[in-house]
Amino acid sequence: MLKGVHNGATLYCVDPRRSESAEWADVWLGIDVGSDIALANAVAREIIHAGLANQEFIRRATAGFDEYAAAVEPYTLDRSADITGVPAEAIRDLAHAYARADRAQLCWTLGITEHHNASDNVFALINLALLCGHVGRYGSGLVPIRGQNNVQGGGDMGALPNKLPGFQDVADDELRGKFEAEWGVAVPSTPGRHLTRMFEGIEEGAIHALYVIGENPAQAEADAGRARRLLDAVDFVVVQDILLTRTAEMADVVLPAAADWCEAEGTVTSSERRVQRVRKALDPPGEARTDREIIAALAAELGHSWGNPTAEEVWDELRRLSPMHAGMSYRRLEEHGGLQWPCYDEEHPGELFLHARLWDDPVTGPRAPFTVVEDEPPVDELTDEYPIRLTTGRHLDSYNTGVQTDGYRSPLRHVGRSGAMIDVSPEDALRLELADGDRVTVTSRRGSLDADVRIHDGLRPGLVFMALHYPDETDVNLLTIEAWDPKSGTAEFKATAVRITKLVA
Amino acid sequence: MTEVTNRTVTIRLDGTDVEVPEGATLLDACRSERIDTPTLCYSDVLHPVNACRVCVVEVEGSRPLVPACSRTVEAGMVVQTDTERVRHSRKMVLEFLGSSVDMSYASADVHGWMDRYQVDSGRYGPPRAPAGDRDERKAHAGHHGQVDGFTAETVAQPEKVDNALYMRDYSRCITCYKCVEACGEDAQNTFALTVAGRGFDAGISTEYDFALGDSACVFCGNCISVCPTGAIMFRSEHELREAGLWEPDEQHVTRTVCSFCGVGCNLDLHVQDNRIVKVTSPQDHDVTRGHLCIKGRFGYDYVQQLPDPLTSPIDEVLAAARESG
Repeated sequence: MLKGVHNGATLYCVDPRRSESAEWADVWLGIDVGSDIALANAVAREIIHAGLANQEFIRRATAGFDEYAAAVEPYTLDRSADITGVPAEAIRDLAHAYARADRAQLCWTLGITEHHNASDNVFALINLALLCGHVGRYGSGLVPIRGQNNVQGGGDMGALPNKLPGFQDVADDELRGKFEAEWGVAVPSTPGRHLTRMFEGIEEGAIHALYVIGENPAQAEADAGRARRLLDAVDFVVVQDILLTRTAEMADVVLPAAADWCEAEGTVTSSERRVQRVRKALDPPGEARTDREIIAALAAELGHSWGNPTAEEVWDELRRLSPMHAGMSYRRLEEHGGLQWPCYDEEHPGELFLHARLWDDPVTGPRAPFTVVEDEPPVDELTDEYPIRLTTGRHLDSYNTGVQTDGYRSPLRHVGRSGAMIDVSPEDALRLELADGDRVTVTSRRGSLDADVRIHDGLRPGLVFMALHYPDETDVNLLTIEAWDPKSGTAEFKATAVRITKLVA
Repeated sequence: MTEVTNRTVTIRLDGTDVEVPEGATLLDACRSERIDTPTLCYSDVLHPVNACRVCVVEVEGSRPLVPACSRTVEAGMVVQTDTERVRHSRKMVLEFLGSSVDMSYASADVHGWMDRYQVDSGRYGPPRAPAGDRDERKAHAGHHGQVDGFTAETVAQPEKVDNALYMRDYSRCITCYKCVEACGEDAQNTFALTVAGRGFDAGISTEYDFALGDSACVFCGNCISVCPTGAIMFRSEHELREAGLWEPDEQHVTRTVCSFCGVGCNLDLHVQDNRIVKVTSPQDHDVTRGHLCIKGRFGYDYVQQLPDPLTSPIDEVLAAARESG
């Protein structure tokens, strides 16, 4: 992104905090947590009223524009300025710059998706791209930036409750039949449960056993107190992990696994859909085995002889079943330093961007629909009792619940530039009579914890921030709310109502 | 999409007519003709800063020698890369650096060039006692004392070890600016490093010479990855070298993908005795052109639950590494 800035791109940063990205931006829009739709809809309304919508693209390639235009009409600049906390002039400026740009990208991460209306937030951004034709062209697009090295690959491989590998729907008889023929077994035609629904299943008594692979839900879930109670309630828990995580400590059986990225062979898929090889550099410790070996051995115990296939053999099976991966032989992945799906055959170079079909005249395939979405504030309301908005996020040197990053000696942690603490705005610090290093109790409707204060001028009044990496010191998910998006299953990690009280020594 | 142009120009390189792409540098042309050209401050992934002048060549019509790394080709250019003037100039550059800087960790290529140009740094006399006030003099340009004429001035100075991940030994620094470029606009955009001081007293510094942890540094290690002389080094490598246990010939390098975020940075894991001792990234890979962040560069300890190398005797660390394999 900074390369783009150096090349002359204009950067608008929408973030409740004045982040490091915001410091590089031409304009920072300090938005109130959870008001993204009000902002996007106001941008849309302004673009439409200023006559800057791409009428030609809308007419040819999209559907539902009239309903959408009507739905955004109430989102005037002034009204949205009230909802979002962003000055009307800044919203107008963003709208005009986005609509007038030859090429423009909307890039986002979890600030959009860790909300109870996550999917609607994303639809609000897709609407803007459709409105201006900023999609399906070189240099323009919608760019969800992935936070994990293989979160894209996990979905691609069918680790979704309703999809088989290559995003093929389990309910589609023909597609499912292809897998059944290859595997020689019947595949359920009904979707399974995503993680949030699994926890509901435990609560309802529908789930009695869990097999957890490389995930630490005892610390990673919102409302962690509830998550741990529910994990405790499961009759039988198997955890397969490279380290003895908090979740593994709760398990009946722990299967020690090799680290995928350096003790095993395989592939991962990055944010830009690039499939790349990971390779074994180290022998795994002790009795640890690769996930592939463990799963094959487990299958054998369950009466299915899969042998002990190599990573490449497993991959080649995927290539037979998933058309978008068909052209990605290990040889080609080596040769090209990775390939971006879709890649349909061994002559196909992979695709730099998606949705180019929207520029065919007439458009190939279905039109891209506008989706009407409305502003919906965060579930955890601010009240006199819980008047401060807590949002969570990440520090540069750490990762997720800290399982992988606790152990290395990051100097940033040792000098207090990252680490367990609560960031408070200078204004709130003054009001609450807090100084750097003061110990405070942070209380939400679900839990409470103590943390050290860091006064940070990147925070706006009424907003505090904690990172999620240090559950052993500041278990922030004791505070967060498990209210979740029905479409994606993602919890609202980004918006918690808290109060802060100073601990007197 | 931007239009791809394939126009070429013809230059005369060491007496041979050579066709090279428009916009290429003389260094590109030399490389395509397999003319081995010494470089120190040049990197494929940084903008040339023309600091070291070791790549100079002779161009007809140009009074001074020109740096091959940044001079772009022009049609009809007549270039000589191995004249007496070129050889002499390269020799002097390498000789002055060799007399004032500890070049022992420079690559085999650099030592090969020193041999080729018959570099004799010893002829400037024995090294003068290290100056104790280099950092002070950086702040007061122009206060460098008189030379004595029979000892060689050096940049010798104490190592800076102020954090767990890097060590800096500016006795090895040729002030090539590569770390400054990598820390700044060419890669990390952090701007923690710059050149302070003037002339012989110039050197790489953080703002006000702060410890790295107190500077803007984000510990991406991109400065280390471009340093040609080992002036900035991973602590992991430094400790092993100090203990006489750094064995590059026994290291296996395996390319894989970082285990953290979704960018997909390629990692080259340098493994000695089943232990990761260094992480680099391939400069010829599109994703990040050799650059990494702190997690990719240093966040690997969790796969080697071994004694802490900074607090344990090194042979204990290595014995544990062998056992874990």
